Amino acid sequence: MSRFLGKGLIDGLIVTTKNFVGSYFDGGRKDRMFTYQYPEERMKLPENSRSFPFLVYDGAPENMRCTACKICEMECPAQCIYIVMERDANGKPRQRPKVFDIDTSVCMQCGICAEVCPFDSIKMDCDFERSKHGRFEDLLAHLPELLKSNEYYHQIKPAEATRVDATRRPTKKPTDGTATERK
Amino acid sequence: MDAIYQLIQQYCPAMPDLLALALAVVLPIVIVLGVFLTVFALLTWVERKALGRIQNRRGPNRVGPVGLFQPIADALKLLTKEDIVPNAADKVVHFLAPVLVVVPAFMVLAVVPVAKGFVPADLNIGVLFALAVSTASVLALFMAGWASHNKFSLLGAMRGVAQVVSYEVPMVMAAVVVLMAAGTLSSVGIVEAQRGFCGWFVCKPWGLVGFIIFQMCAMAEVARTPFDLPEAESEIVAGYHTEYSGFKFALFQMGEYVAALTMGGITVTMFLGGYLGPGSDLPKVGWVVSACWFFAKLGIIIIINIWARGTWPRVRVDQLLGFAWKLLLPLSLVNIVAMAVWHFAPNKIVGWGASAAVLAVAIIALVRLNAGAAFEKRSYRFIS
Repeated sequence: MSRFLGKGLIDGLIVTTKNFVGSYFDGGRKDRMFTYQYPEERMKLPENSRSFPFLVYDGAPENMRCTACKICEMECPAQCIYIVMERDANGKPRQRPKVFDIDTSVCMQCGICAEVCPFDSIKMDCDFERSKHGRFEDLLAHLPELLKSNEYYHQIKPAEATRVDATRRPTKKPTDGTATERK
Repeated sequence: MDAIYQLIQQYCPAMPDLLALALAVVLPIVIVLGVFLTVFALLTWVERKALGRIQNRRGPNRVGPVGLFQPIADALKLLTKEDIVPNAADKVVHFLAPVLVVVPAFMVLAVVPVAKGFVPADLNIGVLFALAVSTASVLALFMAGWASHNKFSLLGAMRGVAQVVSYEVPMVMAAVVVLMAAGTLSSVGIVEAQRGFCGWFVCKPWGLVGFIIFQMCAMAEVARTPFDLPEAESEIVAGYHTEYSGFKFALFQMGEYVAALTMGGITVTMFLGGYLGPGSDLPKVGWVVSACWFFAKLGIIIIINIWARGTWPRVRVDQLLGFAWKLLLPLSLVNIVAMAVWHFAPNKIVGWGASAAVLAVAIIALVRLNAGAAFEKRSYRFIS
């Protein structure tokens, strides 16, 4: 009598009982209760997750990798990047951006800017908590907000950052003391 | 009611007679309504929590400690919603239906003995009243479906009528054995008839079968999940309350949950010994202990309801009606015979054996006869 009337019903009841009891006694293992209680409990994001671009600097923010070459601005399918190169008093380009704006409301997080950047300067962030109060000005990310250190890059994407550090050629920038001037 | 009247006369003899009488009438109603509405609010929370755990979720846990204030938040949300009435609806009937859904659910509470010596109205036809009134909600259900002027509502209402009317028959037949055993229709009398060791009717073969039939029919009667065809979400939007929003929708929900509670109360009264239990006859605290016993048993019935809801899929219409007419009704009729065998048996042991044998034979025969219908495989044209 392996199959009697109602056996399926009873099997189902046993399964749900296992789920019910197990959900209390599994010691927070995520294979049964897989919900993350978001604000208190955070999921470790995979390294390839991407939310919004940021600009990498080495050491100090003045020492940014970006040379204002505008390749990302040209490649951006949504055209959400706006760059103005910095020039000195004689009008000579300084190979660094004076203005670097990315519009959050336009950016579609495709990551093409990070792919095309020859200086490994613009990279995709993992930070998804980017909601703002204002609809227009607050959503426009300016240069100081975009600049993040190489250590931060290592923190969010260790493997990728190590690979970049190994292959990257240091950008040659005019060493005319602009960093001190800017203060 | 009489007990409260005597208490008032005993402790406040100065109170005018008419006032004491009015108080004795109103007080039990207020207490019962208050208690059961609180239990209803808690029940929605418990059900959502338990269903969540069954499905490996957490359930509501944001409002208040462990989500306990969720019912309040739900009520506020539903109260502040816009009340939408369709243009083509029959306005008066559309308005009356949710009210009429709630009324029978609460009326049944009048005859449920919640504690020793505490029943709002000890009618001598208590069980008849409960069964008759609880079925009246089907009228409100059909009013809602008809007045909404919506095909899904009407389909749901028609399913509801078919379901409630057919499950009413085995339900009453299952209740008959209890009436035969107790020899009374009064709900208090039925509880008192279950005194003694293993005196609860569920501890006897006919009582066990009757309890199972009655419980299934009660679940079908209040449209709980394995039988929730009238409001099948995946088939007919929300059934008869598709066109209701805001507080009217809340009333439908309330009517449904309170009906489930009161049907549970009737089941407890008839089969599980009502408020009886060790300590329910103690002189001073007996009524507290007996109330605890009643609500503990009611809790078991509710757990069965939630468990079934979290586990079993919805049945088809033909399965639903076939189950009632082909299995439950004959079984409940045989159950009456088993009760008669029990009654006329010379002693307890023969009675046990004989009635159990009658029921076992009937169950095996009915299952065999229904085997074709039970495991019928459906063939679909485009799915091999």
